[in-house]
Amino acid sequence: MKPVNFDYARPKDVAGAIALIGDESRTVKVMAGGQSLGPMLNMRLVQPDLVVDITGIGELKAVTDQGDRIVVGACVTHADFEDLRVPDVTHGALPSVASGIAYRAVRNRGTIGGSLTHADPSADWISILSAIGASVTVAGPAGSRTMSVEDYMLGALEADLRPGEILVSVSIPKLGHGARWGYYKSCRKTGEFAHAIGAFLHDPERGASRAVIGATESKPIVVAAATAFIGDGQGDKPAKGFDANATAKLLEASGMVDQIDRQTHVVALRRAIERAYPA
Amino acid sequence: MTEQGVGASLLRKEDDRFLRGRGQYVGDIRLAGMKDVAFVRSPLAHANIRSVSAHEAIRGQVVLPADLKGVKPIVAVSGLQGFKASEQPILAHDKVRQVGELLAMCVADTRAAAEDIAAQVDVDLEELPAVHDMLKAREPGSALLHEHWGDNVFLETFVDVNFAAALDAPIKVTREISTARQNMSPMEGRGTVAYWDSRMEHLVLYTGSQMPHIVRNGLAECLGLDQVQIRIISPDVGGGFGYKGILLPEDICLGWYAMRCGHPVRWLEDRRENLTAGTNCREHHYRITGYADRDGKLRGIDCEATVDSGAYSSYPFSACLEAAQVASILPGPYDFPSYRCHTWSIATNKCPILPYRGVARTGVCSAMELIIDAIARECELEPHEVRRRNLVRPEQMPFDNITKKHFDSGNYPEALDRAIAAIDLPSIRVRQKKGEADGRLIGVGHSVYCEQGAHGTSVYAGWGIPMVPGHEQATARMTPDGGLELRIGAHSHGQSMETTLPQVAHEILGIDTRKIKLVHGDTEYTPYSTGSWGSRCAVMSGGAVATASRELAGLIKKIGAHLLQTEVDSLELSGGQVHGANGSVTIEEIAHTWYRRPQDLPAGVDPRGLEVTIGYKPQRDSGTFSYAAHAVVVAVDPEMGDIEILDYVIVEDGGKLINPMVVDGQIYGGLAQGIGTALYEEMNFDASGQPLASTFADYLLPGPTEVPAPRLDHMETLAPYTEFGVKGIGEGGAIAPPAAISNAVNDALRGYGVELLRSPITPRRVLEAIQRSQHNQPARQLQGAVA
Repeated sequence: MKPVNFDYARPKDVAGAIALIGDESRTVKVMAGGQSLGPMLNMRLVQPDLVVDITGIGELKAVTDQGDRIVVGACVTHADFEDLRVPDVTHGALPSVASGIAYRAVRNRGTIGGSLTHADPSADWISILSAIGASVTVAGPAGSRTMSVEDYMLGALEADLRPGEILVSVSIPKLGHGARWGYYKSCRKTGEFAHAIGAFLHDPERGASRAVIGATESKPIVVAAATAFIGDGQGDKPAKGFDANATAKLLEASGMVDQIDRQTHVVALRRAIERAYPA
Repeated sequence: MTEQGVGASLLRKEDDRFLRGRGQYVGDIRLAGMKDVAFVRSPLAHANIRSVSAHEAIRGQVVLPADLKGVKPIVAVSGLQGFKASEQPILAHDKVRQVGELLAMCVADTRAAAEDIAAQVDVDLEELPAVHDMLKAREPGSALLHEHWGDNVFLETFVDVNFAAALDAPIKVTREISTARQNMSPMEGRGTVAYWDSRMEHLVLYTGSQMPHIVRNGLAECLGLDQVQIRIISPDVGGGFGYKGILLPEDICLGWYAMRCGHPVRWLEDRRENLTAGTNCREHHYRITGYADRDGKLRGIDCEATVDSGAYSSYPFSACLEAAQVASILPGPYDFPSYRCHTWSIATNKCPILPYRGVARTGVCSAMELIIDAIARECELEPHEVRRRNLVRPEQMPFDNITKKHFDSGNYPEALDRAIAAIDLPSIRVRQKKGEADGRLIGVGHSVYCEQGAHGTSVYAGWGIPMVPGHEQATARMTPDGGLELRIGAHSHGQSMETTLPQVAHEILGIDTRKIKLVHGDTEYTPYSTGSWGSRCAVMSGGAVATASRELAGLIKKIGAHLLQTEVDSLELSGGQVHGANGSVTIEEIAHTWYRRPQDLPAGVDPRGLEVTIGYKPQRDSGTFSYAAHAVVVAVDPEMGDIEILDYVIVEDGGKLINPMVVDGQIYGGLAQGIGTALYEEMNFDASGQPLASTFADYLLPGPTEVPAPRLDHMETLAPYTEFGVKGIGEGGAIAPPAAISNAVNDALRGYGVELLRSPITPRRVLEAIQRSQHNQPARQLQGAVA
C-alpha cells in the first residue's frame, strides 16, 4: 500500500492550478485535503503522473460576505465550519453537520470542495448543502461556471468538471429569520460514511422549503417544494403530516429497489423533519 | 500484600515507553543496507498455476517458487484420529487455494519500488470453482481443495454420552446459530526483519511473535537449519490475539532470502494484506438442540458444529483446534446428564482459520447461551432462572463435567446473582413495560462462560499438535548490585508481564520492582517456552518466576548465613534483607559479596551462586477455570436497526489477581473485541472466494464511542493448584459479549417473536427479522414504519 511514483506541484494561484491540470499529456489528480485521495493513492486505485496540491492557493481558503450569502473557498476545512472560523449564516446547520463528519483528524484536513468534488453519495456536505440551497463555482480554461450544488454532482464519484476545471468556491445563502432545519444520518458507527441521510429546510422568509434524501446509490434526491411533507408547517408537530408511503414511492421511482433501504431513508427524512420542529 | 507485591495495582513499567511513542516494534528497526519486500499474491481463491515469471530486467529482484529448492512446506498435523494433513507451500507452485497466497517475493530499496516490481511479475492462473461455503463443502460433489483427501474434511469428531436418555424431555428447542468469519486486527500487523549474522553464524529474524521459540522450531524445520543457526527476536508487539503465534510463509521466505543476499530484508504487512490474506478466525455454525424439563432443568444437548478452517492447517495450532475443542467445551459452565456432539473442520478457499482470543469459546458460548435463552422462552421463565438451575454449584467443586473437564474451583451462581443484581433486572422489566419516549426497545441479556486457561501437557499431548507445553521455565539472576533479571521464554503482546512478573519476584524476595527487569522475546537469552497463548502466562510464567525466586531466596540465605555467621534455617528473608538473631544483611551486600568479593566466601560455598533456572507446572495441568457473568442492557431502534449498549456489567473470578488494574485492562480490551464480534466485525466472501473487505472502511471495528465503560466486579476464588491461586483470564472478556448482547437484542425484540441467531447483529439483520415477523403477523404495524 504505497503509491506509485508521482510528481507534486503546489501552485500559488488558481490560474497556475488550471495550467497544470490542463496538461493533457499527463494523468493529473487534484489534491485538496487528501482525505479520500490519500488512501486511493496508497492503494494504487489512482496512479497519477502529477498531483496538484491546491491548498497553497490563498483564494481557495477565503470567506467573503456578499450580503445575502457568503462565498467560501473550496479549500476551507470541515473544522473551519465546526470551529466557526466560517461565520454561521445557517442557524447552526453547517457547523453542526460539519462537526459530525468522520473524525476530528479528518475534519482538520478534509475540505468542503474536496468532499463535493469527490462526490461520494454518503458524504454529508452534498446533502446538507443541497437542502440549504447552496451553489458552486468552477473555473477553467474557458472561464467560470456557477451551478446548484446538486447539479454539480452528476452521480456516484462524478462531479460536473470539464477538462482543466477546478471547483473554486461554494456560495451559501444566509437563512432568513425563522428558518428551521433538520439533519439526520444513520451510520454503523461514529465517523463512518452514512447509510441513510435526511436533510430538511423550511425558510419562509426566503420562500424555500427543501427536503433531501442522501446516502443513496447516486446523487441525493432533492425535493425543492418540501412543504408537502409538513402540511402548512404551522402546527405544533409538522412531522405528523409526513407521508411515509409517498416518500417511499418517490424512492422506488428513483430506483431504490430494496425495501429496507427505502425504510431507513424514509425514516431518516422523517427524523430530520422532526429535528427541525423539536417537541 | 505489599504495595509492590502480588495483588498490587502497580502502574505499568512498559507504559513509560509506550505512552511516549518510544516502543520498539519491528517497523522501528533500522539496519544498514536493509531492503524492503513486497509479495505477489494470488488474486484468485482457487486456481491451477500455469506459470509465474519475471522478465529479465527484474528477475534478479524476484524470488519465484522454483527458486526455493529444498525448502519444506509448512505442515501442522494434529494427532487426533482421522486428521488429514495439508501442506502449505511457502510460495505456491501447483495450485493456489486462497486469495492472497504467496506466488513470488520482490525485493527493492523501498516498499514502493518493491510493489512496482510486484506489479510486473507475470502470473498465469487457470481458475477453478471456489469452495466458499463450509456447509456445502461438506457435501459430496463439492469442488476439492486437497484432491487426494477425497473430501474437504480436515477432521470429523463425534462424542455421545448417554444421549438417548434426553430424548423424552418435554422441552425440545432447536436453533441454528452462527458467528461470522472475522479478522484479528492488532494495531500492528505482522512484520519481519531478517539478516545473516556472519560472526555468530546464525540467521537473525526479528518478528513480532507471541512465541519466539515455536517460530524457531518451525523455521528450522522448513529451512533445514540447526536450531543454533537461528535466533528469533520478538521486540515490542503491538497486539497479537493469536495471529502472532502463527508461523507464516512470509517468515520462511525472508529467512531463506536473508541467508543468500548479503543484506537485511524487511517485510511489513500492510492492512490490505492483513485483512485479505492473513488473519481469519471465528467462523462457526451450530445446529443445536436443547432438551429440558419444564422447570428449565437441562436434560441434554445435541449439537452439530461446523468450523470453516480455511485452506491450510496453520502452524502450530492446526486446522482442528477450534472444531475439535467445540465438542469438549460446549457444555460450558453447566451440569447436565446427556450429550451428543458431532463436529467438522472443513477446508475452504479462504485464509487458514487462526486461534483468536477466546479460541472456539466465543462461538461455543454463543451457541450454548442462546439456546439457554430459547429454552427459557419456551418454559416461560426468566433466562437467569434457567441458568441458575443448571450451573455447576460451588459445593460440587472440584467438578469433572460431562466431557471430563476438571473445574478447579468457583461459585458460578454467585457470579450470575451479582450480575443480575448489578444490572437491576426488575427495574429493566418495569422500564420495558412503560416503553421509551423515542420508540426504541429495551432489552436485557446475560451470559456465563468458563475459561480453561494454562492447560498443559496432558491436554495438549491429547491434541497431538506440533506444540505441547511442558514445564514452564524461568531464570532468576541477581546482578552484582543486588538487582534482579528475570528471563522467560513467553513473550508479552500486551499482557504487562514487565510489570506483573517483577511483582511476583518482589512478593518472594522483597527486591524493589524498579530493580527487577524482565528479559523476554529473544531465543538467545531465554529458556524454551511454547509462549504466550491460552491465558497461560500469569499462571505458567508467574509460577515459574515464583519457583525460581524461591530457589534464589534459598541461595541468598545461604550466603547470608555465612555473612551473619549463623545457621541458614534460622534466617528470614523480608524487605530485601536477610534477618538473623544477631543482625541483618541486605541482598545488595550478599550480591556484592558473591560477585565482587568472592574472597569473603567460604571454600564450600554453593557454586550455583545467585542464578537459577527452573521449571514449573501446577499441581494439576488440566488448566485453571476462570469464569464470568456478563449482563447488558441494549436499546434497539426498530426503524433503523441500530443497537446502543446502555449498560454493561461483568462479574469475573480470576482467582488471585497479581495486578487487578492489569486484569481490568484485559477485560476492557476483550470486551471491545467481543462487541466487535457481536455487532460489527464480518469478513464476507463472494461465491468466487473473494474477500469483500480490504480496508477498515468495509471491515468495521468498534471504536471508542461503540464500547461502553463496563462496570466490573471481581470475585476471588483461589485456584487450588497454582501459585498464589492465580487463574488465567486473558481471553475471557472476548468470550461472553456476543452471547449476552444477542440475548439482550432478542429480549428487546421478543414482542415480534423473532430471534437473531447470527453475529454480527447488523442493522440490516435486525430490520430483516422485524420484516419477517410483520409478514407473519400482518396486523402488527409499527408506528411510523413504512409498509
